[in-house]
This record gives sequence, C-alpha cells and structure tokens, in this order.
Amino acid sequence: MKVIVPVKRVPDPYGRVRLNASGALDLADIKWVVNPFDEIALEEAVRMRERGAAVEIVAVSVGTAECEPILRTALAMGADRAVLIESAEGVGDSSTVARMLHAVIARELPDLVLMGKQAIDDDNGQVGGRVAARWGAPQATFASAIEVSTDGKSATITREVDSGRETLRVTLPAVITTDLRLNEPRYVALPAILRARSKPLDRIAAATLGEMPAARLSVVRMEAPESRRRGRRVGSVAELVSALRDEAKVI
Amino acid sequence: MEVVLVVLEMTGEEIAPSSLPAITFAQRLVERWGAVFDVLVLAGPRAGGIGGAAISFGARTVWCASADALAHPTADSAAAVCRLAMAASGASCLVGAASSFGKDMLPRAAELADLPMVSDVIALAPDASGRRFQRPMYAGNITATVEISERAAAFSVRASAFEAPRRSAAQSEVREVAFEAANLPRGTEWISADAPMQTRPDLTSARVVVSGGRPLRDAETFERLLGGLADTLGGAVGATRAAVDGGLAPNELQIGQTGKVVAPALYIAAGISGSVQHLAGMKDSGVIVAINTDPDAPIFEVADYGLVADLHQAVPELTRTLSSARPGAPAPRVEKPQG
Repeated sequence: MKVIVPVKRVPDPYGRVRLNASGALDLADIKWVVNPFDEIALEEAVRMRERGAAVEIVAVSVGTAECEPILRTALAMGADRAVLIESAEGVGDSSTVARMLHAVIARELPDLVLMGKQAIDDDNGQVGGRVAARWGAPQATFASAIEVSTDGKSATITREVDSGRETLRVTLPAVITTDLRLNEPRYVALPAILRARSKPLDRIAAATLGEMPAARLSVVRMEAPESRRRGRRVGSVAELVSALRDEAKVI
Repeated sequence: MEVVLVVLEMTGEEIAPSSLPAITFAQRLVERWGAVFDVLVLAGPRAGGIGGAAISFGARTVWCASADALAHPTADSAAAVCRLAMAASGASCLVGAASSFGKDMLPRAAELADLPMVSDVIALAPDASGRRFQRPMYAGNITATVEISERAAAFSVRASAFEAPRRSAAQSEVREVAFEAANLPRGTEWISADAPMQTRPDLTSARVVVSGGRPLRDAETFERLLGGLADTLGGAVGATRAAVDGGLAPNELQIGQTGKVVAPALYIAAGISGSVQHLAGMKDSGVIVAINTDPDAPIFEVADYGLVADLHQAVPELTRTLSSARPGAPAPRVEKPQG
C-alpha cells in the first residue's frame, strides 16, 4: 500500500505570532515546524508500515526551497521519499494547493492520502476535502482511529464530531484527515535525522503541473484582535458571586 | 442577481439550531448584495414536512433533498447534493455552519463547484465591494480580512459570532431537489455514531459554560464538580484538550482552536492555565471567570474575575452559594449521572 502524506511548513504553535509595523507577520524569531496535524498523519503512516500495511510513504509539500527542512523532518520520521512542488510566487489559495497536490496524486496513484485536518497557521481546513473531491475519492476527516482492512481495499475510521464519535467505512483509495488523538508522534532521534539526508527528495516545478488558476481568495489585512479589558482579582467565592450578580449581572 | 444557498443540518428529524447562524450570515450577505437566498435541507427518507421548519426566515425557496443515504449524510453524498441544489437554484454561493458537518463537507462541495471558500467567517467587513470578510487565523491571534475575487464562494460560518436569524412574515416556497439516489457516491458507508448526550444545553449555544482542565484529576471528579456547577447555572460543560486527552471528559466537550468555539454570556474556567489554543475557543465569551491556583496562569489575562484558589474547594463552594442564593433555580443533582 502506498501512502501520500502532504505536509505544510508552519510557525511553531508554541511560539508567539506577532504582526510587524506594516501589518505583516513578524518573521523574526519564528521557528518553522511540520504542521502538527500533518506530523500525526506521518506517524500514522509509519505505524501502518510497522503493522505491515503501508509499503511506501511519500511526503509532499508545496512551497519554496524553504520547505525542504520540513520534508527532511518527514523523511527522518519515516517517509521513504519526498516531493517538493516548487512554487516561487506563493502557493495561492487552498484550491490551488489542492490542484497541485492532486496533480502529484494523479501521477503517484497512492491507496491513501493521509493529512492533517487543518494547518495551524491559516486554520482553513480545506485542502483534504478539496483533494478528495478533485480525486473523486471518499473522505474521512477528523480521524481518531484508522483501521485498514487486511485486503487493503477499505478502511474503517473513527471520527471526532460535534456530537461525539462517528464510525465510517471508506473504500480505498481515499483521503483521511487526522485529528489530535489519533496518535502521539514519535521523537525523532539523531541517527534517523542523519539517514534522512540520503533519502530522495524530488523537486517538481509547479508550472509543469498544468495551468493553475489565479488565487480567488486573498488576505488583504491582518490585525491583532481587540484585546479584552483586563479584569480584576476577587478574594473569595462570596466576592465572586456578588460581582457576577451585582456588577456583571450574568447570574 | 446572486443566489446564496444555505445548507442546514439535521439532528434526528429536526433542523439543528446550531446551523441557524448560517442563515443569519446569509441574511446579511444578501442584504448587502441585493441578492436572495435559498435554503437546502438534507434529510433521510421520512423528510415529509421537514422543509416547513425553514420557511419563515425569508428564503426565496426551501429545497428538500431526501434519501436513505442522507439520514446520516457523509461528505461525498452531501457535497454532491449541494452541487445539484446549487444548480437547481442557480446559486453562486454556498453557506453552512462551521460545525464538524460543515467543516467536513463544505470544502468538498466548494471544490466540486469550483469555488473559493472563506472558512470560519466571523464578520462581513465594512467594505464597499461587499467581497471582504473577517476570519480568525493563528488560533485567533490574528483577525484577517480576506477578499473573494467575485461574488461566488463557499462560506463556513462560526456560529458563536452570529445571533439567531430574523424571522420573516412571508413564507418560502418548498421544493424538492430532483436527483437519483442511486447516483450518489457510494464510497463511504456510515456505520455508527455515539448517541448524543441530551442532558445539558448544547455547548456552542449555551448561555453559561463551566469548563475544566487536567487538575480535575479524573472523570468522576470532573463530572461531579463541573457538572454540578453547570447544572446549578443551567449551563453546559466544556473541557481543555489536556482534560480530554487525559480521559477526564469526552472529545465533544473540547473547546479550542481545533475543538468547539464558544461565546457564552458567562464562561467559568476551573483549573485551566489558558494556552493560546484554548483561548482561541472561548475568548469572545461575555464574562470570563478563572479559578486557578497559579496566580501567573495566562487565563487571568483574559478573565474579568480571577480567583486564585484550589478549584476542589472553590467550585463546590460556588455551587453551594449559588444554589442557596437562588431558591428558584433547579436544585443541583445529587445522583451521579449515568454514562
């Protein structure tokens, strides 16, 4: 079974995101990491191989050469090879990214595309569903458990939904997006990082993947949300209750 | 004239109240554009009359799509039906709530209809073009204004940012979406779902949310302390990711960047330090109360009232004080709830 894992380069979720004076993202001091949900997808693919299901794992990213360290991390986690879709003029919107990924999927013909349910930078959460639609494949989003059938023809997925959990069975090939509780990604040790240096990383120019429409969604302004007025400390439960009743009037 | 199609969700055989803010957004959008909106209801085979519940919001037409496969609509079937309904109604836009259903199905439908999509809309931007919208990014640390190039897009609407829709005196016409159920995609089979817990108000629309973190220690303590306080206030219970990961609370209670987003009138955070990811799910609440032993916990920076105390003493005391102070309020439950 062949698994494609799209990975995105994002700012460290534990760092603080700031805007500079011109309203753009302040890139100083940002540590770039693999999108945590994509990391969970990689870990799941590696576990599938360890259980004897996955045969080949291909990590794919879209962006500039700056994404290479992310793909090296994916290789160190256990991907067999990596593909960078090089796009110097930015990656467009989610629809463009889905088109580019789909172009690679159409070449690679995987049994499974496993990816994060959302990237923690723009929080759009669109690419998984868009890739599935373009590919004409079923999708199971927000997976907290995945079991591939022994014949490799279907997968049973537990999804985390608003009302609790839901179980679906999809025929493969399919797109599955990962949620937080699917697994805990392993710590990558130094020998694996060293080995990853010699694994293949192919570069494909985005322009060779066919005509891509111009982005139809653009960010025109970013600002810090209005911060809350600082509150005050109360010294006791009794003081809290009277503040909620007489001052805030919410109880 | 543009047509905006709003897709509503069902809980059982009723329209899910949590999907109604999508109508509110559409009402504002069509007002700005001088357009009209239609409503699409996806329902199982016994859909007779279901459209009736949606006829009083000022939609031009309420479209009903009913089939066995739509009793538990999967993304591939739902997106396919949305596309058919968009064609039938002549819609250039598709709107739904940013619920787990919407977040699953809308991107797929957007791609089928070849549309850009604005995820998690929180506001229409005050802009003459009418094509600018606001949405959070970076776990709510940044509010972005985004622009669509034409009046054609999909939108997922953050329910907590919009009030309930206006009712209208005029009634919408009700029509069926014509389609062959046999032609719907068949690659996904719905197997089962947890029965939804109906003992407390819906978390995303509750007026009061009592929420807790890892210091609650175990599921029994979590339910007894927070459930007790929530029931005294007629509220819902929420949890941090750590509490859910630790098995203290079920996943549907998780509040945050990747969980549910809530904005109740009163949010009580007990034993919650206030990570950026958690704040993303609750910082638009009306009044925030934080109870934490650590006086430097970041939650105090967003709290209107902060109490530095051990929640194991403070929460039961708060429950007792509130239930004795409000004789008309329902008595706190003494029995341990089942399940």
